Amino acid sequence: MTEIIETENLRKTETVDYWINELLFDKLSIKEYVKSLINPFNVVAGIIVLTGLYFIFLRFTEGLSAVTDSSNLQPWGLFLGVGLFSGVPFSASGFVMGTAVYIFGLKKYKPVVTNAILLGFLGYLFAVIFLMIDLGRPWRIYYPMFLSFGPASVMFLVAWHVALYLSVQAMEFSTSAFEWLGLKPLRKMVIGMTLGLTVAGIMLSTLHQSALGAMFLLAPGKVHPLWWSSYMPWLFLVSSLAAGLVYVILVSKLTQLFMKNRADSNYLSSLDEITLGIGKACSLILFTYVGLRLTSITYENAWGYLNTPYGHWFLIEFIMFAVAPILLFYGVQIKSVGTVQFGALLAMIAILFNRLNTTYITFNWQIPHRELFYWKEVIVVIAVLTIEILVYRWIVNRMPVLRQHPDFIGDEH
Amino acid sequence: MNMNRRNFLKIGGSLLAWGLVGSSSASAGAHSFTGYPDRYGMLSDLTRCIGCRRCEAACNKANNLPPPKTSFEDTSVFNEKRRPYVSDVQSYTAVNRYEANGKTVYRKVQCMHCEEPACVSACLVGALKKSPEGPVTWNEKVCIGCRYCMTACPFYVPAFEYTSAFEPRIQKCFMCYQRITKGVVPACAEACPVEAITFGKRSSLLKLAWTRIWGEPDKYIDHVYGEREAGGTGWMYISGVPFSQLDFPMDIGVTSFPEYTKDFLAMVNLTLVSWPAVFGGIYLMNHKDKTAHEKIKEEQK
Repeated sequence: MTEIIETENLRKTETVDYWINELLFDKLSIKEYVKSLINPFNVVAGIIVLTGLYFIFLRFTEGLSAVTDSSNLQPWGLFLGVGLFSGVPFSASGFVMGTAVYIFGLKKYKPVVTNAILLGFLGYLFAVIFLMIDLGRPWRIYYPMFLSFGPASVMFLVAWHVALYLSVQAMEFSTSAFEWLGLKPLRKMVIGMTLGLTVAGIMLSTLHQSALGAMFLLAPGKVHPLWWSSYMPWLFLVSSLAAGLVYVILVSKLTQLFMKNRADSNYLSSLDEITLGIGKACSLILFTYVGLRLTSITYENAWGYLNTPYGHWFLIEFIMFAVAPILLFYGVQIKSVGTVQFGALLAMIAILFNRLNTTYITFNWQIPHRELFYWKEVIVVIAVLTIEILVYRWIVNRMPVLRQHPDFIGDEH
Repeated sequence: MNMNRRNFLKIGGSLLAWGLVGSSSASAGAHSFTGYPDRYGMLSDLTRCIGCRRCEAACNKANNLPPPKTSFEDTSVFNEKRRPYVSDVQSYTAVNRYEANGKTVYRKVQCMHCEEPACVSACLVGALKKSPEGPVTWNEKVCIGCRYCMTACPFYVPAFEYTSAFEPRIQKCFMCYQRITKGVVPACAEACPVEAITFGKRSSLLKLAWTRIWGEPDKYIDHVYGEREAGGTGWMYISGVPFSQLDFPMDIGVTSFPEYTKDFLAMVNLTLVSWPAVFGGIYLMNHKDKTAHEKIKEEQK
């Protein structure tokens, strides 16, 4: 009898040890693990994060004016401009790749689909974190879901859809977490829901990606005419598809450079083909976007603004949008992965430029002497993005993201 | 992938339910609205205003706002064009001075109390409401501080307490809602010594405005600002000089602002219903285990 209890106790301590050492500390002892953390990258990241956290603390004790330049004329600043309006389109990676693999059955892209979903999930999670920092009363963030409804608001739709989609992506990604934790029955259950989750992802994503543009339909005189258009929902949706794809191309490249030891050969060897394939699709999407953009400006009769300072600023953005698909197309034709990656980078900058211009830089263009941002705001943004990178690295270091878990190889879903 | 028909229906059904919850409520409310009957409004006659700033002082007192930085009798404030932000002017309203057509004209600025307000359609928690009495009110108990109302307002009216970490409020003129419901005239209209501000039913104010214009066609320009702007506003103005010379926004059109997002919200239901069919269908076509050809071959064995 005592023997049995002893072995049970032993098993318990073994399990705890396993969870702590194998899973949490990456198969190292605590000492070794802490030691392994001290390197130049982590030290710099640590300093940025601590400074940012201090400013966030200031924001929550003294109000938004302590760290931002937001004003009654310019209610939204970098937090939403970067975190929400730019973060969400790139996070389309999860739904675009999920649809390609699970709905259209394009098995070629299977090696990157988990990573794309993780990137999407983190993008949404951090968009919500940015929103929480920016909201006047963030502890009421659940009000539009349960307490008080403003159904005529596009933002009501965005709130619901972002909340639901965050949950959907958490579930989609949970398969990797369950594989890591060895929770087979849970994993099996979630895999059974793949189709439902993917279709939910399409419904929610197409709507809220376009809704982010539709939010600005309500400010026709405030967004500059070269950016404001009644086509904005469709422009935002189409460019978000491209954003999700170029994000996958670029992060794949980065994993190749920095996370190689966490990837399996199947992942690494398929990246070139995948990059070329995505590049092709992305080039078509961006050509469509450029056409739609030209049409929208003509439709709104805004070409007269071209030879103004804002018009020149627009040209910079537009030239990037026009060159990116040509580079992508050319790169695919000559099978140059580097060219495709460069085209993807250009597209990423163009989309970032577009989101910041629409929601922030050209917003209130008719008002003279606008203060765009305060340096503390920039530090907070960089710090939160750094935390996102650290969380991403923490997960990829542990869970099967860039590789298949040895226990589940050949277990297709 | 394990997906039998029961699972498929179960998941599909729950998705549909989700979608309907989100969508039916999302599109309700964005219908065209003809306005509450007997709603109140205000009429500012800019030919009468003498720039005494007593309306600002009365507003400050009626709403218990912080004491002014300089006295409400100080006329040096007219050197700049002020906006009605409490943190700047300690009042929900501000009077500005203009030199137009050789005349000195004063213009009072405050919330316009639109008939179909942009801010109300922007508010995702319904904190901002167009009350049946006419004022656009704000409910502190549900506001989450997202500031979309400020982004949406074409008149740049709502202000936010950026210096408050725990109870930041949206601040703007509420047309003295607490007084109106008790049958008392709003503080600024009561304080005005020259009857430049008139409070009353919007329908009667509109008649009054045009009566004044028709009565003295040389004194007034032929325009009631707010009669049709942004779909009509509760606060209206008549003037002796063109409104464009008094910083009135002239490019906002006559469309009520909720109209701008109505078409988009109408797409929501369509998308939620079509996508599961389209993409579920593609999935089923794609994942048929064996082609018909292969099946026949197998049967022959």
